[in-house]
Amino acid sequence: MYICVEDVSVNYQQGGSTFEALKDVSLSIERGEFICLLGPSGCGKSTLLNLLAGFEKPARGRVFIGERQVTAPSPKYLTIFQNYGLFPWRSVLHNVELGLEAKKMNRKERRQRALKYLEMVGLVQAKDKKPCQLSGGMQQRVAIARALAAEPEILFMDEPFGALDAITRMKLQDDILRICKDEGKTIVFVTHDIEEAVFLADRIVVMEANPGSVQGIVKVEMPHERDRTSDDFIVIRDKVFAMMHLKKEKTVEYYI
Amino acid sequence: MRIKLGKKVWCTVVSLLVLLAVWEAAVLVGSFPEVLFPSPISVWNAFWQLWTDGLSGSSSRVVLGVHILVSLKRFAAGYASSVVTAVAAGLLLGWFSRVFSYVNPIVQLIRPVAPVAWMPFIVLWFGIGDAPAVAIIFLAGFFPVLLSTVAAVEHMEPVYRKVARNFGLSQAQTLYKVVFPAAFPQIMNSLRLALGTAWIFLVSGEMVGAQSGLGFLIMDAKNCLRSDALLATMITIGVIGLLLDWGIRRLEKFVL
Repeated sequence: MYICVEDVSVNYQQGGSTFEALKDVSLSIERGEFICLLGPSGCGKSTLLNLLAGFEKPARGRVFIGERQVTAPSPKYLTIFQNYGLFPWRSVLHNVELGLEAKKMNRKERRQRALKYLEMVGLVQAKDKKPCQLSGGMQQRVAIARALAAEPEILFMDEPFGALDAITRMKLQDDILRICKDEGKTIVFVTHDIEEAVFLADRIVVMEANPGSVQGIVKVEMPHERDRTSDDFIVIRDKVFAMMHLKKEKTVEYYI
Repeated sequence: MRIKLGKKVWCTVVSLLVLLAVWEAAVLVGSFPEVLFPSPISVWNAFWQLWTDGLSGSSSRVVLGVHILVSLKRFAAGYASSVVTAVAAGLLLGWFSRVFSYVNPIVQLIRPVAPVAWMPFIVLWFGIGDAPAVAIIFLAGFFPVLLSTVAAVEHMEPVYRKVARNFGLSQAQTLYKVVFPAAFPQIMNSLRLALGTAWIFLVSGEMVGAQSGLGFLIMDAKNCLRSDALLATMITIGVIGLLLDWGIRRLEKFVL
């Protein structure tokens, strides 16, 4: 087991009362897996991601990555945020070089590596632009290139495409799937979009709120070239709908 | 853009001409004693005399240009030292906000005290000459810049801090690569406001002990009962203040 979450609970104090963001959550993830954490808002999916990434500490339980317990963020496990987290005062290229500066890499190597990953996300021609000159989808591509350039083992993605329009989102889903299979990264991806989860994930962790916990896990047994309109796709989507109690219980009658 | 600029110049010229006309008319209609209310012409003559010969009847016959230069030097020394220490201290205090919660009460205690109130101590500690003016300007600029730098750091986008931690930037790297540039627009704004305030306090700083400078010239003209020279100096101070503000606005536009 690569990532291991053991009976983790997280509480927030909310005006005197305690809110259980996560209660007794356990989960294990294999190396190279693409995991989607899916659920309504308030189910603790982002909290769980923050725990894995080391931004938060659990009240009870432990989180392991490899052999080591997670206590703080590390450049080996990078998070991609919904609002990109690019630095507006830096050019696209310098944004991508950020993680390499921390690694004390020399200028020439840094530039080469940054360009390689900008190429991978198809944004070499925008390298001298400022993030504010790019569309949301392009900015998120830059953030992905910045993360990949630091060569992490795991990418944590916190609703990364939540602020994008539907078509841009589908394009980025294709890209992230391709890039991550090529690069062999382990990915934990938070979303509230069922189709997105079915399209991307090897396994979908369905979560529920009050208290935040894992409701069930859906294994997506489809090849990685997925067709959003195929029967397999719809069968799995139905399964997720059912698990989230979103299917109408009564049967529909047809009159011919 | 050009039309806008032309209009601005036009408005400025008209407003100044109207001011001069009203001033001259008031002198003609009121027939006040010249000492109480000098006419624009006599102020202009006094200005010309200050510029070419210096103040007649004064102990030191230094021309206006030299007074201006001396004042600007003191101003530059006071303002630069004030801004550099205030920004550096502000960045550190904003970053280590727990320390700031202890420092803040002291700052709030000292801040409302007018810089001029420090004058007796300043003279006792640093003597007379350049020191009082530089010290007063330092005090006038320090607190506004310090407080707005701290506020800018505290209100920095939380995601920047997360990104810096995640990519493994050291504390020092985070401060100068992330915190400073993120806070820079607000810092620049406070630098502009502080420039105006500091220039106002230059005159008070030079009124005690100095034997040169625009503040000294004000006192000197008063002692010689030369209201025309007094007004000429006041206008000079105003015009230089205006130019300083214009200059830093240009700089602000250029760097942001």
